[in-house]
Amino acid sequence: MNENRRKFLKLTGLAALGAATGKFANVFAKEKLIRISSLDITGKKQTTSIGVDSKKRWAMVIDLKKCLVEEGCTKCVNTCHKIHNVPDFENPKDEIKWIWKEPYEQAFLDQENYYQKDNLKDKPVPIFCNHCDNPPCVRVCPTEATWKREDGIVMMDWHRCIGCRYCMAACPYGSRSFNWRDPRPFIKDIDPDFPTRTKGVVEKCTFCDERIAKGQQPACVEACTEKAMNFGDLNDPESNVRELLKENFSIRRKPELGTNPEIYYLV
Amino acid sequence: MLEYALKGTKKYWGWIFFLSLIIFVGVLFYLKQFGYGLGITGLSRNVTWGFYIAQFTFLVGVAASGVMVVLPYYLHNYKAFGKITILGEFLAIASVMMCMLFVFVDMGQPLRLINVFLYPSPHSLMFWDIMVLSGYLSLNVLISHVTLEAERKSIPPPKWIRPIIILSIPWAISIHTVTAFLYSGLAARPFWMTAILAPRFLASAFSSGPALLLIMVFIIRKLTKFDPGEEPIRKLAIIITYAMCANVFFILMEFFTAFYSSIPEHIMHFQYLFFGLEGHTTLVPWMWTSALLAVISLVFLLNPKTRNNNKILVVVCAAIFISIWIDKGLGMVVTGFIPTPLGDVVDYIPTIPETLISLSIWAIGFFLITVFYKIALSVRRELLT
Repeated sequence: MNENRRKFLKLTGLAALGAATGKFANVFAKEKLIRISSLDITGKKQTTSIGVDSKKRWAMVIDLKKCLVEEGCTKCVNTCHKIHNVPDFENPKDEIKWIWKEPYEQAFLDQENYYQKDNLKDKPVPIFCNHCDNPPCVRVCPTEATWKREDGIVMMDWHRCIGCRYCMAACPYGSRSFNWRDPRPFIKDIDPDFPTRTKGVVEKCTFCDERIAKGQQPACVEACTEKAMNFGDLNDPESNVRELLKENFSIRRKPELGTNPEIYYLV
Repeated sequence: MLEYALKGTKKYWGWIFFLSLIIFVGVLFYLKQFGYGLGITGLSRNVTWGFYIAQFTFLVGVAASGVMVVLPYYLHNYKAFGKITILGEFLAIASVMMCMLFVFVDMGQPLRLINVFLYPSPHSLMFWDIMVLSGYLSLNVLISHVTLEAERKSIPPPKWIRPIIILSIPWAISIHTVTAFLYSGLAARPFWMTAILAPRFLASAFSSGPALLLIMVFIIRKLTKFDPGEEPIRKLAIIITYAMCANVFFILMEFFTAFYSSIPEHIMHFQYLFFGLEGHTTLVPWMWTSALLAVISLVFLLNPKTRNNNKILVVVCAAIFISIWIDKGLGMVVTGFIPTPLGDVVDYIPTIPETLISLSIWAIGFFLITVFYKIALSVRRELLT
């Protein structure tokens, strides 16, 4: 029995070591944290970066002066959550949200500017994933279930995520949600064009990657009738977002953490 | 050698049955969690890690503390630890197993855990933590097996095991260091992002772990013919004293930095722990209990008269264990999330299923320790039967 046990231990140990070294070489070969190509069932190499323009750097500029001209407006939130099959839980403990509004003071905790005009202080600010250039969530993920695309979008693979929630601990913006239970019974009308998620995985805004692939704008941008949300390519000096950032003073959420968030707010 | 665990007194089987019962209840509740999802726990969108991960963190410390008997015995040839070293190694094995189970039950998709190995991610500290923990487990299984086998045959252990034992010493330090890095590398959580977290973890581990070991030494000395003598007990008590001094010192340094610098996001977490924030005071009584136990036990440990009294020492060990368990197993993890990055103060209270699942993992740990110690004592013919 002892002999067998030893043999078994040796074999499994060697096998694990072999698999690990092979993979290490693969990981270190990549310069940046982009999607590592994975093997599909047939053993063929596959990359999932289809439709990604690596020359682009997507970003959003939100004009808070235009946002919420209409009192209590949640058009961007409703549209996003509807087309992405985001469930609506009654219990706040189970809550899942991709985009939502938070009072200015809470969205920008570090902006301790007193004696401002009252209209800014409690103003609800739309917040969502910042698609950071240096995303801490990607750094901590133990399975590369979340990764940064060449065009800057921080993506999620809901089939690879093991639900460890390390990314949620690492995100300084609280942008990530976890499926504490099966979300499907809590989706009012399931949109068949977008996948629903399962219990036990993390999810968040993906900058509407499915729409960008078709050349469309993110759904929240289209839903905003005040045109407060502007989506574009930061790498293009002529783009709408670059123009807005050139002409206006902008702030970002917690830039001092070195995450380089790519959602800009005009105040 | 496993056959030694299959023979035993009625007391032994009664204890095994009792633990199995707790384990069984926990398994039932885990099946419920498996079906429903982690929503069965008290965790939420804001407090995403809780009791499970806190137990994991605490137990990594207990596992690492095995080094406190291994190092003097093997590196300094301190013979007095001869009889208790194997107990320290077995405690380490049982603790690592509990750690792994606590990580397992905390996963949203436990069946996908294999992805950690299919897509190794060296940029993630969790990857390294899994590596060092499984390495530490393998090292201790190998070492305890080889040395006990040699003892059974009354021959000296083979020479090749010595470098492996020496390797296990820095490895023990590494498991708790990497576990601290899981937390201290996150810019999003100012409460954890402190360079002293790893030293603090080690100090609290090297007092709580040997305290538990000492309690168990006292228990098996009472129940069996096992007698390590007075010297290792005195020595362990001194180790616990030094480590506890360092631990309290490190905590006070945290307080100084937070409160003197007056940076709100550093102060708020400590306020939440000891005074409560915006009326949320869930942890306050616990933390004061922890602080009080720490101070009282330190007073008794520093005084040689009380330290050398075994009856007092065993109570002090229990106090230290509870104090550090509250600090690490209740306060440390949850408070990183409170207040949230958006400034909200959200309470977290473990649910009954969550508590029972945790209790069951502890029972599995005690089950393993019982079986391991039974084997070790049987090999040495120190049992009463």
